[in-house]
Amino acid sequence: MVYEVLIGGRSYRVEFKRGEPGYACRVDGREVALESVSGGHEVLWLLVGGRSYEVRRQAQANGIMHLEIRGRRYAAEVHDPRAFRGRRAAAGASAGPCKLVAPMPGKVVRLLKAEGAKVEAGEGVVVVEAMKMQNEIRSPRKGVVKKILAAAGARVNAGETLAVVE
Amino acid sequence: MFKKILIANRGEIAVRVMRACRELGIATVAVYSEADREALHVRRADQACLLGPAPAGESYLNIEKLLQAARRTGAEAIHPGYGFLAENAEFARRCAAAGVKFIGPNAEAMERLGSKTSARQTAAAAGVPAVPGSAALDSPLAAEAAAEALGYPVLVKAAAGGGGKGMRLVRARAEMASAFAAAESEARNAFGDGELYLEKLLENPRHIEVQVLGDEHGHLVYLGERECSLQRRHQKVLEESPSPLVDEALRRRMGETAVRLARAAGYSNAGTVEFLADAGRNFYFLEMNTRLQVEHPVTEMVTGLDLVQLQIRIAAGEELPFEQQDVELRGHAIECRVYAEDPENNFFPSPGRITRLLTPAGPGIRDESGVYEGWSVPVEYDPLLSKLVAHAGSRPQAIARMQRALEEYFVGGIATNLALFRRILRHPEFVAGKLDTGFLDRLLGERTAEDGCATQSEDGAAAEVAAIAAALFAAQPAPGAALSANGARPAEATSPWRRAARQEGLRGGMGRKRL
Repeated sequence: MVYEVLIGGRSYRVEFKRGEPGYACRVDGREVALESVSGGHEVLWLLVGGRSYEVRRQAQANGIMHLEIRGRRYAAEVHDPRAFRGRRAAAGASAGPCKLVAPMPGKVVRLLKAEGAKVEAGEGVVVVEAMKMQNEIRSPRKGVVKKILAAAGARVNAGETLAVVE
Repeated sequence: MFKKILIANRGEIAVRVMRACRELGIATVAVYSEADREALHVRRADQACLLGPAPAGESYLNIEKLLQAARRTGAEAIHPGYGFLAENAEFARRCAAAGVKFIGPNAEAMERLGSKTSARQTAAAAGVPAVPGSAALDSPLAAEAAAEALGYPVLVKAAAGGGGKGMRLVRARAEMASAFAAAESEARNAFGDGELYLEKLLENPRHIEVQVLGDEHGHLVYLGERECSLQRRHQKVLEESPSPLVDEALRRRMGETAVRLARAAGYSNAGTVEFLADAGRNFYFLEMNTRLQVEHPVTEMVTGLDLVQLQIRIAAGEELPFEQQDVELRGHAIECRVYAEDPENNFFPSPGRITRLLTPAGPGIRDESGVYEGWSVPVEYDPLLSKLVAHAGSRPQAIARMQRALEEYFVGGIATNLALFRRILRHPEFVAGKLDTGFLDRLLGERTAEDGCATQSEDGAAAEVAAIAAALFAAQPAPGAALSANGARPAEATSPWRRAARQEGLRGGMGRKRL
């Protein structure tokens, strides 16, 4: 099994092969002595070259895995080359429509922009209230509010599209 | 002593109060809203009463429903925790009228100290120095006149305010009219009271508060101070006791001042007198909180006292079991407020399901949590998950202990501010004890390497481990599927071959399912 992992702009080719005991691991073609035990949900206990690591998976969002090792955090993008469908090419485009999504479940309290209005990068479009805090959902770039999908007073879930900026 | 107490709160503070009750042999009644059916505080209580829908006005802030619950369960006293109705004099009064003991000060003392303008009057009468300021103001013109007398910059503040609401900084006369109008409308919306006054702005002061405790027989003591200068948007983030600024002589001066104010207000039970202090060790009265504070555990750790148990015993009519000279501070304690919020995303709240919870333990560590693994943090309430407290012999040891505990702590599935604390505790200014209320904003303004992701060059070996782990996680079955085998077959989740084999096994019929 082969995975391509992107961390901090560097790509790692991680390969697993069944071995005795456990399995053999290669990183970029180089043999790595690996032992791995599950620490339950979201946690792996690894021995890599005799060094012990507890790796925690904090969250997964938009294809990025957020990992934590000894208090340091790593954002990893994992690709199974056999299933590679150019996901990376699709991400990060600065042209085309851009969805503003609710970062957490909550209630829409105000619309700051109407459909058709111009927005600057960083300007608020919708205000969502969650946990007693009002949070402005801002446009990541300059453009025109193409669509408002949220209604004032409506409940929204995390990841729900509130508006589209183009 | 009471036989049964109702806790008119939720989350970690409700759990905290229940623990004290259990140790005193008192039965507990939890109250909860529809959003909190599965909350930890409901499980930890002996009895639980549903109040109503999630909005606080229909549940945790509804006095009538709370008193009904007390009546129905036969609770003799109500502990309000903090937040919600804890500083509501009307609630204290209604409890008394219903024959239920309110665990806190009497309603009159709460009123005397609850409004900032009347608290300042009480302080002035007791000879307690307050931040220079004005009385209540009725117009922007009156504010301009008062500001000229004080000297700019000034703060326009709501008399009923708190948490930075209804507050505006005014640096010059031209800004006064609009700041006054904005603060007034904000105060009216937030507190139903638009009364404003002025305070002279102290630039980057320290926020130091004194814990006081009094019984209903006239005895009052102070229990050292807490340094609460680490704030974001006027909300405390990390607290410690003792304060690195305060020495024995200053502690006595501040403590005696706090007790004098409490005595002048006719105060009993636990309360906190907040001061602003400058580098010259001058201190000014800011306000009094007529309740238990979120940061009470740091005082408990260094004094060895259980403040909640003492609150209950005082409310039951007992005398304070010690005197001022018996109070000794031992070592140093730090508290981190663990919030479900994302420091990397503008501190957005991050409610949701806790997929994994690893809590720190070991010497000197106290994790006062209101959550559990598998629970979904609701969107409706304050995102405080837990108070993590470290206690050790000295401040450097307490910092090291807290760093160790933060490394052990893990909350999966939702974002938390744990990483922010790691940054704070490493910061040279924090380590040196050079704190002021502007510290956190300055720290958040500093870009460091770890703001982004660690890169290959600075941390090659661990990044490679992260890559291996990411691939192993990717090879795991989706959470919730095979992970139900958690524990029984620990190797399974790590092995892509076993997963493949199992899938084949399923396809091939039950006979080959054994892994």
